[in-house]
Amino acid sequence: MAIDTTAWSRRRILKTGAALGTGLAVPHVFVRNAWSQNNQFCNNPTGGNVVLGFNVPQSGPYADEGADELRAFKLAVQHLNGEGDGGLMKTLKPSSLKGNGVLGKKVTFVTGDTQTKSDAARASAKRMIEADKAIMISGGSSSGVAVAVQSLCQDMGVIFMAGLTHSNDTTGKDKRRYGFRHFFNAYMSGQALGPVLGEEYGKDRKAYHLTADYTWGWTQEESIKNATEALGWQTVQAVRTPLGAGDFSQYLTPVLNSGADVLILNHYGGDMVNSLRQAVTQFDMKSKQVNGKDFQIVVPLFSELMAQGAGDAVKGILGTANWDWKLDNEASKVLAKSFGEAYGSPPSQAAQTCYVQTLLYANAVETAGTFYPPEVIKALEGFEFDGMGNGPTLYRAEDHQCFKDCLVVRGKENPTNQFDLMEIVKVVPRDQVTYDPSIFGGELGPADVKGCAA
Amino acid sequence: MDAIILQILNGLDKGGAYALIALGLTLIFGTLGVVNFAHGALFMLGAFCSVTFVRILTISERVRDESVTFFEAYKEIPYLEIWYGDAGKAIVAWAVPLSILLAVPVMLLVGFAMERGLIRFFYKRSHAEQILVTFGLAIVLQEIVKYFFGANPIPITAPPALAGSADIGALFGLPNISYPMWRIVYFLFSLAVIAVVFAFLQLTTFGMVVRAGMADRETVGLLGINIGRKFTIVFGIAAVVAGLAGVMYTPILAPNYHLGMEFLVLSFVVVVVGGMGSLVGAVFAGFLLGILQSFASMTEVKAIFPGIDQIIIYLVAVVILLVRPRGLMGRRGVMEA
Repeated sequence: MAIDTTAWSRRRILKTGAALGTGLAVPHVFVRNAWSQNNQFCNNPTGGNVVLGFNVPQSGPYADEGADELRAFKLAVQHLNGEGDGGLMKTLKPSSLKGNGVLGKKVTFVTGDTQTKSDAARASAKRMIEADKAIMISGGSSSGVAVAVQSLCQDMGVIFMAGLTHSNDTTGKDKRRYGFRHFFNAYMSGQALGPVLGEEYGKDRKAYHLTADYTWGWTQEESIKNATEALGWQTVQAVRTPLGAGDFSQYLTPVLNSGADVLILNHYGGDMVNSLRQAVTQFDMKSKQVNGKDFQIVVPLFSELMAQGAGDAVKGILGTANWDWKLDNEASKVLAKSFGEAYGSPPSQAAQTCYVQTLLYANAVETAGTFYPPEVIKALEGFEFDGMGNGPTLYRAEDHQCFKDCLVVRGKENPTNQFDLMEIVKVVPRDQVTYDPSIFGGELGPADVKGCAA
Repeated sequence: MDAIILQILNGLDKGGAYALIALGLTLIFGTLGVVNFAHGALFMLGAFCSVTFVRILTISERVRDESVTFFEAYKEIPYLEIWYGDAGKAIVAWAVPLSILLAVPVMLLVGFAMERGLIRFFYKRSHAEQILVTFGLAIVLQEIVKYFFGANPIPITAPPALAGSADIGALFGLPNISYPMWRIVYFLFSLAVIAVVFAFLQLTTFGMVVRAGMADRETVGLLGINIGRKFTIVFGIAAVVAGLAGVMYTPILAPNYHLGMEFLVLSFVVVVVGGMGSLVGAVFAGFLLGILQSFASMTEVKAIFPGIDQIIIYLVAVVILLVRPRGLMGRRGVMEA
């Protein structure tokens, strides 16, 4: 029987296949992302500049936060371009940042006013993407706005680095592949604050909730109710109030006669300043006794800016915060100094999160070696870093939520200076606030989308 | 019972603001026949008179804050405090009531300027044109305020002696009823202003002429009375009333540039419910709608009609317009074809 020497043996097929595969892979191995550079994507920067879009509330109930966010963005852009003292560029670890812009392109920015309204925020983000060619959108001080803009960014193939948004939905049921959140969320606030409330006020309490009537308020109310009811507290009433109501007196009037001995204000920004001031300075609630106990007020999400607005009304009020400029770590001190020298006041938590998000985006682009969003997304997903003021932090791949320590804070009774309005009661470790990503549902969606198509 | 008394009190202080704005609106409509959509802006300007006065009293020296070590920080100490110590602090603390002294002449001037400079050219024009021009004026005024004071609400505090809450229940022999003192002051203040305006119209010759002019402008003119000049003064008085309502409201709600718009729509509804051109109707409807709005915010009510607190005032207006198109106390022939 003759042997056919021209036929391909199994060994030969395998060897030829391996050689072909290696040969085809060579350009990809040595020229990283060469294929994506040639790909067209939304607002691929072609000149010497790259444009970032900062979409913040410049009017409306969260305007104070918006103004501080804008200051932080400007500072981050300066630092990325190698100007100023470099801020957290020096402390971020691991870091691919070089201080010469992003991928050698000078960083410029455009701004928009969200007006704390979803439709206005989407319109200004769309304008920045379509007219100003922004490669990334960041900012926002409202979860309603964040969810709306995040969805737009997903459709347009532009990365959204969320600013201050605290609703569970942002990285829960409304999460998107193109959206990333550094800020903590309502669930984490509940997990962090619950045990402290038990220690401070006991386990036999009756709570009355006033809740901002939109996505953040709902999830905040749910999270803090779950945490307090787990302690043994009863929820007497949960009343929804319109965002930006201004005068909350008709909602505060029944509180003292409801049988509740704790008022939980699920309000933020201007709403919180108004409701807390009215509760404390007008209705005098902090000096009352109900059910034989001192009446207490809790503000689950707290900030220095709100403390400034509310004045003496914040004294002794417990809440949570994502970050505080007085934290005893090098990065917090560096940012407080850098921001303070630039603007004459320390950064708020809204400012810190926006500053950090800008640097993290730039770092991911440098790491990916391209502005091509799917590659930048890969660089951000699962990124473990430190040196941004919050301790070791993970950008969880499954829901694009950052996991890090969070703070329980209290309005300081005797401030030592005009900025020393809150004291850190407890730094709650990251493990205590980490949860299974499946509990809030949602789908991230695809990374490969038809750019600028919304 | 406690809850009912508290919601009535709450409605009365809200109603005080509605009544004062609606009173001015009706006064202008009744005398000049002008539908003034800039009236809310006058309320807002009054509030900013208070802000301005507080700022004047707190002009400060900027000194280095040595307690901040991270960066070079500065704090501001009012000159009044530096010069007069505790007496200076007390003057600053009572800035809101004191700012009435600034608000009265300023609002009078603003009223005269508005009437002479713009409104008088629209007396014989249609109501639609009046609404358009006064609405435009309101937007201009609020943008001017935004330019100088920014978009954010500016917190103003009540005098310490009138801050906190008062034990109202003791008056009725009921325990556990306390209500914010400044809100009670505001209600009493609004009653006082309303009483002064009514006394002015009822007890003075000027008021008699104005009332006669409201009833029949032509006949009063034929009697040789310069009714136009009188009505300019009426416009000024209406501006002062709205302004004073705004001044005293600042400790209740931190003023911002669109404060006027929030109150304008409500106040127009108050005027419609009370009856166009009826001063008593405006005041009555102001308090009535304030109380209804307050009751609609009760949890028990919202449990039956969710969201009723947001629409109650408009719902009442719709019902009144359907059942009694002239309003509760409207005069025959006013705003009727």
